[in-house]
Amino acid sequence: MAQPLDYLRETPSQTAGPYVHIGLAPGAAGFDIYREELGWDIAGPNAAGERIRVEGLVIDGTGSPVKDVLLEAWQANAAGIYAHPEHAGEVEQGFRGWGRVITDFDTGEWAFDTIKPGPVTDFNGGVMAPHINLWIVARGINLGLHTRLYFGDEAEANAADPVIRSIEWENRRETLVAHRSERDAGAVYRFDIRLQGEGETVFFDI
Amino acid sequence: MPKPGEFYQRDRMWHPPALTRDYKTSVARSPQYALLSLDNTVSEITGPVFGHNDIDPIDNDLILNYAQSGEMPIGERIIVHGRVLDENARPVPNTLVEIWQANAGGRYRHRKDTYLAPIDPNFGGCGRTLTDADGYYHFRTIKPGAYPWRNWRNDWRPAHVHFSVFGSGFAQRLITQMYFEGDPLIARCPIANTIPGPAALEQLIAPLDHKATVPFDSIAYKFDIVLRGRRSTLFENRPEGN
Ligand SMILES: [Fe+3]
Repeated sequence: MAQPLDYLRETPSQTAGPYVHIGLAPGAAGFDIYREELGWDIAGPNAAGERIRVEGLVIDGTGSPVKDVLLEAWQANAAGIYAHPEHAGEVEQGFRGWGRVITDFDTGEWAFDTIKPGPVTDFNGGVMAPHINLWIVARGINLGLHTRLYFGDEAEANAADPVIRSIEWENRRETLVAHRSERDAGAVYRFDIRLQGEGETVFFDI
Repeated sequence: MPKPGEFYQRDRMWHPPALTRDYKTSVARSPQYALLSLDNTVSEITGPVFGHNDIDPIDNDLILNYAQSGEMPIGERIIVHGRVLDENARPVPNTLVEIWQANAGGRYRHRKDTYLAPIDPNFGGCGRTLTDADGYYHFRTIKPGAYPWRNWRNDWRPAHVHFSVFGSGFAQRLITQMYFEGDPLIARCPIANTIPGPAALEQLIAPLDHKATVPFDSIAYKFDIVLRGRRSTLFENRPEGN
């Protein structure tokens, strides 16, 4: 027998369940408890860059919208810097780059306001196209799903992006691209996420 | 900019798989294609940072954080405490831990919960805190009740507390549930049993912690949480250009 290795095991995941809002968005569950809920303001008032809205549906394998999802977003600022001590560079005061959003209980639509991130230089010097990292939990999802949103008006950068290029099935790369439209209030990117079946979104093991 | 250590590969044989037929809701919500393996980039190694400005000290006391003045929720008073560690057994300091749960009767304060057990006017059912420099956290709350749910015709969830934890990088993000030692409903629960093996399930069962009880006040349960660990960067033998 050899010496035992003394690593611990990661705590196993469990579904967030149907009442995730109580913990992470109590206002949506129907009550007011905290001084301030976290995650509603991603970019803060001082961030440079274009103000955008991102919206979409999460759709299940039957084609129905999922109405009890919680999504979290994690993104860099317009200069491509994450608000984190391990990423060199400064972000604007109030820029957190993290957000939390839930779906409308009746329609399944979700939306958040932020700024469009810039290209991100990775630790190895490679450049990733502008993107927002998304994490999706819900009843029936046993382990949170990671995906990325890329921007449809960044075709050239997307074509060079090392993560998009690593997707062997070229026809599935499109599932990570949000499409831009202009409204009176500004630019909107549409990003529907398909959990299963035709057009299934690419999810990552990160 | 030197690359910080990547997170260890997540052991997906230890976690529940996406498709677990006895937990019916997973059937239409589980991806069918294989996940795409992605080496950690700066986007996965970094993650949101929280501080004491974000929360209030009372947020971790579910006995008082929604009670009307001079009143308290009904039920068994408990302390839930433990450490957040990584797979290298190092503490994870200053990380946000959020919980939510049903009241003592098994009812959630949620507009979608229609179980006939009553809402407790003095119990909200959520709390949040930051771990300290050694990774410790604690909550004071009421032991949640079991509740029925629509899966098979007569399924009951064991008493449980939902946990959400961040860690230092977005790749560590985790939501899970804590169960209570000795609960016979655990073995019958289709959600608890999405976990492939008994050893992994045991990691979600908090033991009674008699030493941490407060005499004539609160009983205690200990629940340690382990997030993914990171490689050390002592040696990097990567070929040029990779
Ligand atoms: Fe629950």
